[in-house]
Amino acid sequence: MNTSFALARVVIQELYRRKDFYVLFVLTAVITVVLGSANVFNDDKIVRYLKEICLLLIWVSSLVIAITTTARQIPAERESRTIFPLLAKPVTRGHVIAGKALGCWLATGLALVVFYVFFALVTCLREGQWPIAQYFQALWLQWMMLAVVVGMATLGSVVFSATSSNATICFVVVVGILLVGGHLNTVAMQQPEPASSLLYTLYFAIPHLEFYDVRDLVIHNQKLIGGLDCLLATLYAAVYTAFFLVAAWLVFRRKPLSA
Amino acid sequence: MTHRAASLSLALLLGAAFGLSTWLQPRALDWRGQRAQAGSLLEVLLGDGRRMFANHFFTKADVYLHSGYYPSLFDQAKMNCEGQRAGTAHDAESGAAHTTPAHDEDAHDFLGKPTDWLDAFGRKFRITEHTHLETNGAEREILPWLKLSAELDPQQVETYTVAAYWLRAKLGKVPEAEEFLREGLRANPDSPEILFELGCLLDENRKDATRARNVWQRALRKWQKTEAAKAEPDKFLLDRILTSLARLEEREGNVAKAIEYSIQLKTVSPHPEVIEKQIEELRGSPRQAATNAPAPPR
Repeated sequence: MNTSFALARVVIQELYRRKDFYVLFVLTAVITVVLGSANVFNDDKIVRYLKEICLLLIWVSSLVIAITTTARQIPAERESRTIFPLLAKPVTRGHVIAGKALGCWLATGLALVVFYVFFALVTCLREGQWPIAQYFQALWLQWMMLAVVVGMATLGSVVFSATSSNATICFVVVVGILLVGGHLNTVAMQQPEPASSLLYTLYFAIPHLEFYDVRDLVIHNQKLIGGLDCLLATLYAAVYTAFFLVAAWLVFRRKPLSA
Repeated sequence: MTHRAASLSLALLLGAAFGLSTWLQPRALDWRGQRAQAGSLLEVLLGDGRRMFANHFFTKADVYLHSGYYPSLFDQAKMNCEGQRAGTAHDAESGAAHTTPAHDEDAHDFLGKPTDWLDAFGRKFRITEHTHLETNGAEREILPWLKLSAELDPQQVETYTVAAYWLRAKLGKVPEAEEFLREGLRANPDSPEILFELGCLLDENRKDATRARNVWQRALRKWQKTEAAKAEPDKFLLDRILTSLARLEEREGNVAKAIEYSIQLKTVSPHPEVIEKQIEELRGSPRQAATNAPAPPR
């Protein structure tokens, strides 16, 4: 466990050494502040459009950080051949997979905290309300969703040969699930057999990342989600993350490293 | 080259660049030719494609008005599909069409019952209650999307009338509503809808009956110019213009004019018998009786 944490620490250090996070954060902040300063019919209490745009930017940025950071971890180690001295130490391939994934997940969590602090400051100061519990719930669920994404990208990083192809495929899959994953059952019911059964199977098989997208609840000041539901969603994400990481380990432990 | 010479060369180049830019800038504006008339940045960047985004943002305002409870594309397709099936069955049974309230009820409950446990669980993380933004001026939240929609497609008349309605009727922002309507009128000078809404603003908010009458009369002329020749003219709008004019004239004591507008209204109203009754009441009013009475002998 300590080995995995040591590897994770290196990944977190990499996040704050690289410029990706800073660029995305500054971009999010600048766009939000510019849009926030727009005069809409001389009404300075309008805030929901600002929440919507800021949350969209946070979602896009966090996905970019999670996928690109995870996708390059193992290929970079193999390319620079640092994987050999790493595995020469008392570090197993399982430790590498777990450490890299944990590091990426914690790094995206840190980035999310910074993004949400900015979001809370901008919107709460304007709105005059501090729904911190709701923002924390949104952050938590988004972080859980990112755990599944990190798991998926980790599996991709040992299956696909190039970082770019892994990142692209992960983006397409994640965006696809977020946009249509929750509607597959509706579509399945309108299809004839066997398309209906196939779609329904796909509907139950995919990780429903759209559950964790509670932006509408935050934007429209809806009531908090129940604690039990949050816990179940966390378990659901944990199961899928574990599935992807175990699959990644199974592929990685038999993979030749010198190719 | 010494350090000093390099610095001087740099300063000279900077001076030359600055001088050239001040000389070129006014000329560069002339070089743009017709492109100088191209309009906003969005217009240049998106071209006619901006209309598609305008529709999206107009719908977004409606989503906000319903506090995020809104059918997705997939829900709408499902509702259409179910509506067609139900419509066919219903027509076969009774030969009658569905009533609008029934359709509204269906539309409010577009989610229906969960199809499975995953669907039921997913709903815990979605907005599943139908509420409207109608408390403490929360309606203001729809305005940015309407403004953006109007900027993207200035020819979409509904954007101006809807935004102006919420601004003047719910948020008390009459000057902003008037300014926005006039902006819409500049982009759509022949629009009877915008003129009608402007007349409502002048009558209800500004209490200026004279200007309201002029604007509504202009709306009536524009309606006759733009709509009358159409195969399916907007009779509902004509109904509203004539009703407003008739009420204004009655209020101002011009009963003859009120009757005149009511007679026109009778031809387009879905309830002509009600209008006929109103006309009879107007004819029996004391002012009209005084007008109809013979002049006293000199």
